[in-house]
Amino acid sequence: MSILIRGGRVLDPANSVDAVQDVLLQDGKVTKLGSKLTAPPGATVIDAAGKVVCPGFIDMHVHLREPGHEYKETVATGTRAAAAGGFTAVCCMANTSPVNDNRSITDYILARARSEGVVRVYPIGAVTRGLEGKELAELAELAEAGCVGFSDDGKCVMNAELYRRAMEYTLPFAAPVISHAEDHTLSRHGAMHEGVVSTELGLRGIPAAAEDVMVARDILLAELTGAHVHIAHLSTAGAVRLVREAKARGVRVTAEVTPHHLLLTDEAVRTWDTNMKMAPPLRTKRDTEALVEALADGTIDCVATDHAPHAVADKEGEFDGAANGIVGLETAFTVLHDRLVRPGVLPLATLISRLSRDPARLLNLPGGSLTVGAAADVTLVDPEAAVTIDPARFAGKSRNTPFGGWTATGAPWKTIVAGKVVWEA
Amino acid sequence: MGWTRKHLLTIRELEAAEILTLIDTAASLQEIAGREIKKVPALRGKTVVNLFYENSTRTRTSFEIAGKWLSADVINFSASGSSAAKGESFVDTARNIGAMSPDVVVVRHSASGAAALLAREMSCAIVNAGDGAHEHPTQALLDLLTIREKKGHFEGLSVAIVGDIAHSRVARSNIHGMRKLGMTVTVGGPPTLIPPYVQELGCKVAYRLDDAIRDVDVIMMLRLQQERMHAGLIPSLREYSRYWGLSLDKLRAHARPDVLIMHPGPVNRGVELSPEVADGPYSVILDQVAKGVAVRMGVLLLLAGSKSAEAA
Repeated sequence: MSILIRGGRVLDPANSVDAVQDVLLQDGKVTKLGSKLTAPPGATVIDAAGKVVCPGFIDMHVHLREPGHEYKETVATGTRAAAAGGFTAVCCMANTSPVNDNRSITDYILARARSEGVVRVYPIGAVTRGLEGKELAELAELAEAGCVGFSDDGKCVMNAELYRRAMEYTLPFAAPVISHAEDHTLSRHGAMHEGVVSTELGLRGIPAAAEDVMVARDILLAELTGAHVHIAHLSTAGAVRLVREAKARGVRVTAEVTPHHLLLTDEAVRTWDTNMKMAPPLRTKRDTEALVEALADGTIDCVATDHAPHAVADKEGEFDGAANGIVGLETAFTVLHDRLVRPGVLPLATLISRLSRDPARLLNLPGGSLTVGAAADVTLVDPEAAVTIDPARFAGKSRNTPFGGWTATGAPWKTIVAGKVVWEA
Repeated sequence: MGWTRKHLLTIRELEAAEILTLIDTAASLQEIAGREIKKVPALRGKTVVNLFYENSTRTRTSFEIAGKWLSADVINFSASGSSAAKGESFVDTARNIGAMSPDVVVVRHSASGAAALLAREMSCAIVNAGDGAHEHPTQALLDLLTIREKKGHFEGLSVAIVGDIAHSRVARSNIHGMRKLGMTVTVGGPPTLIPPYVQELGCKVAYRLDDAIRDVDVIMMLRLQQERMHAGLIPSLREYSRYWGLSLDKLRAHARPDVLIMHPGPVNRGVELSPEVADGPYSVILDQVAKGVAVRMGVLLLLAGSKSAEAA
């Protein structure tokens, strides 16, 4: 089984390639790159003229909701949403029900992924049993079962001593501890960013310091333990400054940012649209500017969506009571391409790198490059596709996006996993 | 200026001329309270639903009286003793009431944005009777009407709003309304009760009571809720009352002799206001309550009355 992708602009940041080339995929691997390649007998030929051919995107932060919240999303629907967004691999967070804090849950998720999934699924294990922040989960067994990182995402491990021990204990596993950096004593009951908009709307605010305090703590603990700490969904200018300074000192800290924190601000909450509610909250223009700059210069290592599906009933109603989180897999590339790449703020090659090579590198995952011999996980995008984002047409189960109705240029075109086309526009 | 809006959700979104239209309409309706037969047929055949998810005495009663004096059919819904007590969501309840074709829904709810949510979910006119810490537009209108009657004008007046600004929808609606009508506003209270960036709403901030009330034309004292103490925002009611309670001595020492003392109620006597001040000659607290009925009649008339006038 082979595919010849002909005449596309091959953009492979890991190999510093940016050229019109043909790419040959055979038996699930990248086997040849070059001009005017001959299609082997029986090969499918994809005419990719005008398209961009890049390593499959990897989203290191999604919620597949299975087991336990299948009414919001499942491995089947979540991986289809991923494929529709150009993602060939996702890492799923541990806040399922039951929590992925032991090997049987990890095994279950991986079994579902094998039988129902259309993209690669890498589970993230819980740091603490039941996400309760009290005792360590069975981290070694989770790593052995296939967890590629550890996180109590959705909650912050408030006990610094316990978190320190988690960092130390996981040192041998080459899998980072991923921090949901939020001091719950500072953010408690907050519904949005604390600022002039929260004051006007009379909604309780979450100060930027609720994040910054924990980013600072986790950097110091990384320094103390020598562990690799990854900061999830970084959202403040202050946290950017802390990470930049720590990296300059050689601390093993990495960070991700979501499309919504890059593109939206707390002003959007004035609509009372509960799709503007997530943790951390949408911040200010000063923060989005710092985040974009940090993504461009590498202070922030990668883009992750924090894809958080919720059913209508979880999101309709009062802003205070609505669930936190939004879906992101199916819109990430399109909104970032349209709002950052097209205006010239972020080079396309940088965006591709932040979506593929960089998450692969920091989680030690296969993929992220089109090196000969690598897995044939390839994303093709149409940089000229004119799209209107229509949540009703999402492949995922939930519709809770803040980007509904946006018109944009640039969209995923085909998604190839292990040499098989799993989705096409 | 005519009235063209479907809903009354916030003061923030109104133009000064629209605020004056509301106040003038209310002023013209005040005489009904003095009539022997307190009933005009303006809203005959119209249905007004009072949808109250929070306890309220003044606001709910005055909306009810206002609707009845205008001959509307008024239905009172409170969250206890309804399906809300059985766990029906706010949105579901609203949709069900909407299916019964009311003309106006007056809503009070503890969540900021609740009135805007109903405006999106229901097809009738919505009046915000207080949503969380966001806005309470009819309270601001009755405050403004009271001020104009006592002072004769708005332009150039100075107002101090004192107390728990952070959790007050009354403060927010008044800040917007007063600024739009050319008044200067100072908010005063301990810093833990002053919301961040409140200056960007166009007001000044004072952290001492005497600074807040010096030389102002109007002092509006806000109710301090006991919960604030448990939330760690103030050390004790005793301390709050000592530094932020308005006594006759402090009033005489720092305020103008013709100052108006206002309070949206209910008053915690002995906490934010001493009884001599609450019941004294400076106080216009009961004038505010009386004007509440006229203001709510005006609002109901402008939202529900115009179409029937056209049809007649």
